[in-house]
Amino acid sequence: MKKIISMALITIMAMATLSGCGGSDEPATVSTDGSTSMEEVIGVLGEEFMAANENITVTYNPTGSSSGIKAVLEDRCDIGLSSRDLKDEEKAEGLTGTVLAYDGIAIIVNPENPISDMSLEDIAKVYTGEITNWKDLGGNDAEIVLIGREAGSGTRDGFESITGTEDACQYRQELTSTGDVITTVSQNPDAIGYASLSAVKDSIKAISVNGVTATEATVKDGSYLVQRPFVLVTKEGKELSESAQAFFDYITSADAAEAISSAGVVAAN
Amino acid sequence: MTNKKRLLENIIHGIFLILGLVTISFVLLISLYLIISGIPAIREIGLIPFLFGKTWASTGANPSYGILPFILTSVYGAAGAIVLGVPIGFFSAVYLAKLAPKKVKFVVGEAVSLLAGIPSVVYGLVGMLVLVPGIRKVFNVPDGASLLAAIVVLAIMILPSIIKVSITALEAVPKDYEDASLALGATPTETYFRVSVPAAKSGIAAAVVLGVGRAIGEAMAVIMVSGNAPNMPELFQSVRFLTTAVASEMAYSSGLQQQALFSIALVLFLFIMLINATLNFFLKGNKEK
Repeated sequence: MKKIISMALITIMAMATLSGCGGSDEPATVSTDGSTSMEEVIGVLGEEFMAANENITVTYNPTGSSSGIKAVLEDRCDIGLSSRDLKDEEKAEGLTGTVLAYDGIAIIVNPENPISDMSLEDIAKVYTGEITNWKDLGGNDAEIVLIGREAGSGTRDGFESITGTEDACQYRQELTSTGDVITTVSQNPDAIGYASLSAVKDSIKAISVNGVTATEATVKDGSYLVQRPFVLVTKEGKELSESAQAFFDYITSADAAEAISSAGVVAAN
Repeated sequence: MTNKKRLLENIIHGIFLILGLVTISFVLLISLYLIISGIPAIREIGLIPFLFGKTWASTGANPSYGILPFILTSVYGAAGAIVLGVPIGFFSAVYLAKLAPKKVKFVVGEAVSLLAGIPSVVYGLVGMLVLVPGIRKVFNVPDGASLLAAIVVLAIMILPSIIKVSITALEAVPKDYEDASLALGATPTETYFRVSVPAAKSGIAAAVVLGVGRAIGEAMAVIMVSGNAPNMPELFQSVRFLTTAVASEMAYSSGLQQQALFSIALVLFLFIMLINATLNFFLKGNKEK
């Protein structure tokens, strides 16, 4: 019995000594929280930053734009990530948004689909169910299958606010990730969907909108209409920690532009 | 010496008691948490509009939170899976328990265990890449992601539990019954279906109920093949289940929408409780025999 007790005591003491570590010169952490669409860009930026600053760790919690904004409000993270502009009531709560980059939302169809250009109005009409057959757009005689994202998704919010189809979309499928949307559209010749420009692959075809192809250049100069900002959310009047400020300054500087475009989005600065 | 032994015995008893209590406290904690976080939204929305409302538009300008489509989809989905899965599972079980040669029984039994071990996301993936396009072509519908796709996936997923539990029940039938029946001149097939199956009926019923429970609770595989639009259930329409309603919106939800998702979880929890109670009823019936 005594042996067991002394063993237990030793274990406890050892643990106490170990957890005693964590002094002031230990690594600092910058926590980011929010939009799942920003995973790739924050991942690239975080890696670059951590390579240059070895004692700082950048963490990213993919919870969604609204959750990220809430996390900043509740001081659960340093920088919130939102793939939509802040709403007025969020600004009223003392939050500031800084645009990091612009993300083009590609309108995607199956490669077998002969349609390669649609106007923004036609896209809206298709998604609200006003146009239900591809032949009305000059395509095959087949019912249009509308693929979208789930309620609350930043991409869906972005797409619906740009096309003016909030609450009116007649989705056939509501999928929970960009990858699922792409897979589904690649499987169904009559499907149409939307996805981040950076996620577009060969298995699907991105169509042009009002005659403008979605590319980095057309997103940046604003001629490609279906695009949205990637916003860094901070609390007004609350100073960031030293390491968080360093990260913030780096990613909003021109030095980060190359890393940002390598993630498939267009840097704002 | 005996005192020391008794002390040790008591300590071990104490440890087991604590471990047991931990398990129970998890159950209590989760139940309590679900009830506490599920009630506010129901109160705000109203029980009748919540349970029997036909539209779910949680992020709309005028949000509406009716979960009747989800409840019906879950019920239809489970019922469909049972209609497809039970005959296959039942006859497989009778064959494996009574008719199959030992080698066949071993190989098929292993295969069924393997089927039970496949992660549900794999079922979903195969369903998404093979079943959904297949349904689209075979039935000539615009899109294959539908209630039917979900039913087929669920039917396959519940097979292992139906087969395994039914086999156990059939093998527990005393051999005397069968011998007596054979001695009276019944053929083996007559014996199995007229004697063995009726004797094992409560165990087989338990297997079916277990299958219902699995079908109602499954989320991952279903979310990948059912399309997830909150429509009223139709065989070839995209539908949303109780489980997938919670899973698909939880990540981005906030405010009343999030509370309503907890309320859906509470409804689902009540369903599962009901199924478990039914299961216990059948198992008890089994014991009394």
